[in-house]
Amino acid sequence: MLKPNTTKGKLIVVEGIDGSGKSTQIDLLSKWLQSQGYSVYFSEWNSSALVKSTTKAAKKRKTFTPTTFSVLHCTDFADRWENSILPLLKAGVIVLADRYAFTAFARDVARGVDPNWVRNMYSFAFMPDAALYFRVPLEIAVDRITGARAALKYYEAGMDLGLTDDINESFQLFQGRILNEYDKMVDEFGLTMIDGTLPVKEQQKRVRAIVKRILSGWEGLPNPNKSSITMDNIQAKTKVGAKAAKDERQEKKAKGGKK
Amino acid sequence: MSNKNFYGAGFPYREFGKLPGKLIVLEGSDGVGRSTQIRLLRRWLEDEGYAVSDTGLTRSELTAAGLDAAKSGHTLGPITMSLFYLADFADRIENQIIPALQAGFIVLSDRYFYSVIARDIIRGIDKAWARQLYGIALKPDLILYMKAQVPTLVSRLVHGRGLNFWEAGMDLHLADDMYDSFVAYQTLLTREFDELAREYNFVTVEADTTQDEIFEQLLGPIQALLRNRLVKALRPF
Repeated sequence: MLKPNTTKGKLIVVEGIDGSGKSTQIDLLSKWLQSQGYSVYFSEWNSSALVKSTTKAAKKRKTFTPTTFSVLHCTDFADRWENSILPLLKAGVIVLADRYAFTAFARDVARGVDPNWVRNMYSFAFMPDAALYFRVPLEIAVDRITGARAALKYYEAGMDLGLTDDINESFQLFQGRILNEYDKMVDEFGLTMIDGTLPVKEQQKRVRAIVKRILSGWEGLPNPNKSSITMDNIQAKTKVGAKAAKDERQEKKAKGGKK
Repeated sequence: MSNKNFYGAGFPYREFGKLPGKLIVLEGSDGVGRSTQIRLLRRWLEDEGYAVSDTGLTRSELTAAGLDAAKSGHTLGPITMSLFYLADFADRIENQIIPALQAGFIVLSDRYFYSVIARDIIRGIDKAWARQLYGIALKPDLILYMKAQVPTLVSRLVHGRGLNFWEAGMDLHLADDMYDSFVAYQTLLTREFDELAREYNFVTVEADTTQDEIFEQLLGPIQALLRNRLVKALRPF
């Protein structure tokens, strides 16, 4: 249901349940690609400046239903698609996405929305040139998340499904359902599975090998300064864009350059 | 409740039970006089003893503020706008329209998703995609389509609340000024509406006439719907 990529750019996405290590891997990949002289743009799930305030408010007030949760996440994605991902792909940039439509197909279906309905909703988007699925057994992902983070969030733990009152237990049940949906998509979409239990370095070696194959003989948009493309470059001339760029800078600062 | 009440899969994770109320939709272009008629119909229905609830586009609390902000900038793309309206619609269907129908209300909807997809299609959105999105929509019991010639719309708007940027389709750059743009845009919209009218079985009402005459025309099909024995039972007396 996703269209083939008809632009000269390359689209590479990482997928997997929370705690699968995908963000670490795409971050390493991004830095490596830039050092190789490619133009790279990174797009994160749930980060559109236009939609963020709506999503934030609904999460806070817990007013989402599975359907509105699904639609607003797609709205967020569509804004990023129309304003940054698609134009940059057309320009010949390598677009890296931390989570993509498959996240919606897994999560929203785990919440009970119709699988065909949500697939149709995202059908304006391209099938990525590489869709890397970082697979880890449920217990490992749960250990990583509960060990590293202070508290689980309501929707992240699937508390809206009312499976159980215990947030840790709910998280485990919900992530189990999502994992199941991901596994089903390996064949449906031809996701490339990477064993997320391997050492970080070994995983990155495999990621780079796959990406190298995709990029062999390909020439994209040159990047003479070896700089990264941020929202500043594409949206700063609008009010909303300027605010998003500012938020992005502050967020980076807060994370202490970790990300 | 089974899926036959929805255009598509509906909300598979929820069981809504019986919906004894009735959903009546009023469709038509900007300036055709829908809100006036909704007001008159509501009064009439309440006089008859029915409990009435009304709803309309962008009235969901979930999305109202965000959608307003998005429309005031100029980065809102057509797919994003389409999905924003879908979020508004989904929220109202689940949290407003269905609960009212469960409680036996007559729900008067000032427009439904037909308006939204008509506008989207003009903006280059894929028809099949848009129709499938609204597989979450309940099939109304009655869809009344108020159809007027473009000059009628112009006259009502100029003497009413005035022309506005979105209703004139100024984002489409069809013409240089708001009048020419409005005429071009509403002509396209009417063509799209006519197609939807056939597909979704609208009851078309000629709206180039007086308020009272339009009201009489609208009342006919509503009275026919209400003559149904089960609907009569919704009245307290």
